[in-house]
Amino acid sequence: MAAITAPFGSAISETGKTFKLIARNPASFIGLLVLVVITIVSLVGPMVIPPQNHANVAEILEGPSSRHILGTDFQGSDNLALLVYGGKDILEVAFVAGLLTTLLAVAVGSVSAFLGGIVDTVLMELVNIWLTIPQFPLLAILATMVKLSDIFLLAVLLALLGWAGLARQIRSQVLSLKQRDYVEAAMTLNLGTPHIIFREMLPNMMSFVAISLIFAATSAIYQQTSLVFLGLVPFSSANWGTTLSLAYTKGAIYQSDAAWTMLAPVGAIALFQLALVSLSRSLDEVFNPRLRTSV
Amino acid sequence: MSTISVPVTTERPVSFPWLRRITSNFLLRRLLKALFTIWTVTTLIFFVIRAMPGSPVDIFVNDLVLKGLTEEEAMRRAASLLHIDLSEPLPKQYVEFLGNLARGDLGISYINRGQEVSTLIAQRLPWTLFSVGTSLIISFFLGIFLGMIIAYKRDTWLDHLLTNIAAGLDAIPAYMTAIVLIILISLVWKIVPAGELRGSLSAGIKPGFTFDFFGDVLKHVALPALVYILASVGSWMLTMKSSTVSTLGEDYVTVAKARGLPESRIITAYVGRNASLPLFTRFALSIAFILGGSVIIEKIFTYQGIGLLLTQALYSRDYPVMQGIFLVTTIAVVFSNAIADLLYGFLDPRIRVQGEGN
Repeated sequence: MAAITAPFGSAISETGKTFKLIARNPASFIGLLVLVVITIVSLVGPMVIPPQNHANVAEILEGPSSRHILGTDFQGSDNLALLVYGGKDILEVAFVAGLLTTLLAVAVGSVSAFLGGIVDTVLMELVNIWLTIPQFPLLAILATMVKLSDIFLLAVLLALLGWAGLARQIRSQVLSLKQRDYVEAAMTLNLGTPHIIFREMLPNMMSFVAISLIFAATSAIYQQTSLVFLGLVPFSSANWGTTLSLAYTKGAIYQSDAAWTMLAPVGAIALFQLALVSLSRSLDEVFNPRLRTSV
Repeated sequence: MSTISVPVTTERPVSFPWLRRITSNFLLRRLLKALFTIWTVTTLIFFVIRAMPGSPVDIFVNDLVLKGLTEEEAMRRAASLLHIDLSEPLPKQYVEFLGNLARGDLGISYINRGQEVSTLIAQRLPWTLFSVGTSLIISFFLGIFLGMIIAYKRDTWLDHLLTNIAAGLDAIPAYMTAIVLIILISLVWKIVPAGELRGSLSAGIKPGFTFDFFGDVLKHVALPALVYILASVGSWMLTMKSSTVSTLGEDYVTVAKARGLPESRIITAYVGRNASLPLFTRFALSIAFILGGSVIIEKIFTYQGIGLLLTQALYSRDYPVMQGIFLVTTIAVVFSNAIADLLYGFLDPRIRVQGEGN
């Protein structure tokens, strides 16, 4: 048990170091700030702003004004309020799917690299086959079978589809770490597999895993909103994807009045993705020693 | 060490008969593995698409009822128009499907007036290959070029500008770029109305070697192609940047500089060639994303490619068409992976030497 609880100390110090490096890079610090703001607004906002659940015929498709900063949609709902309400689903799927994808990939990748032999061959063959399947079309098929109102189930689905590429990368990371002197020393000392994985290897892969988690989250957002946009799955609750999709099916690309209804969710999703990616860029400098040393 | 590191080697070692036997065995193994992969994916897809809720008949009838027909009338029409027999048990359907597949018969579409699946795919595939393929090649070489420039100009204003642009482009989903482009071009700048850009050809234009035809093709492909390029160029740039930065730190580059080789030769034959190696494998792998990427973009532009065909087939539960598209894509991916491996061995002498040494 001690071998498993102990690494949290090193993980915390690793996190502290990572935060310092984030603060040093202005772009990723802004990214972190934007993420925090979006998260707070999406979680707290729906408790403060009244819900937009009835049509308001008097104010259909208005441009930005002081009353409606981002204009109104085809039902007269305030676009900004729709954004505030639509963030929670997206954040939840992004977080859960990102976490599950990374966990699955780390598990498969490190088991494969550690055990080697027949297990490695079989798992990597599975990865190869999995990567051959066109991911998004398969997701579209599978998504018709689950209730999309169940956000957690969607996140699990995204993770089950998306783990393979990352697992291969983790495997080569572990393989290269296995060659390092300190890992070989730990093996010679017979410190046990949990100790070697959690104490020696994981801290050294931490930033890579963190970056991968962020990219898994961005890909989850992309796929989730695309799925709704395609109209192949029934709409669940209001989120940025459904707002965008409804605006599109109402012909918003043909009338300039409706452009704001499309641009609002597009802007929100893009901002969120950009924030995640710029956060990940300082992690890249932590991760790539050549980028770090030559600064 | 130096003979291995110098990238340009035209000499090939003499191949011994026993070596050739292994190579031919290797090719055979490769082929069997490819067939196994294709069979596994096809089988998986066969059962997964038939597990989707709603049968093709239900959806067809539902649509007609929504259009105002009575349910009996809709059922009668479904019976006369659709060529479906789903009464047989699934394993029997599967065996029959595999038998037909072995003879190269992909079956008949349920919906599109009983057209052959192979004909439908043959009609739609060229449009997708043309639009996505061209864009992919353009963005690949543009990305390599810009990525190298960034790596050489590290920590200048140009680096910061281009890296930020690349990261931004990489972060924004392709279909959003498409929407913003349409809004800008047809609503804000009012260059062309959005309706004129829909489809892959204007009505009344006949395929042939005429200026009208090629002009129209280019006009319709311009926006989707721009979207594909913008969506993928950022990632090529960033990958090439980090790959070039790593290569610049290699000993053989330092040695080449010390030997006083001209800068242009170092950039092309030493840095460029080695830094772009990992990108070629990724290029082959990105072929797998052609279908995934085209599904949404083709829907937005109603571009008559294979992605749009798949969306329609998905919606109407047209099993044979879905199956056919997945099969074609899987074969393309397996094939391009094999090419990537061969190409990698051909481009990187270090791997070739290692492989032949074993």
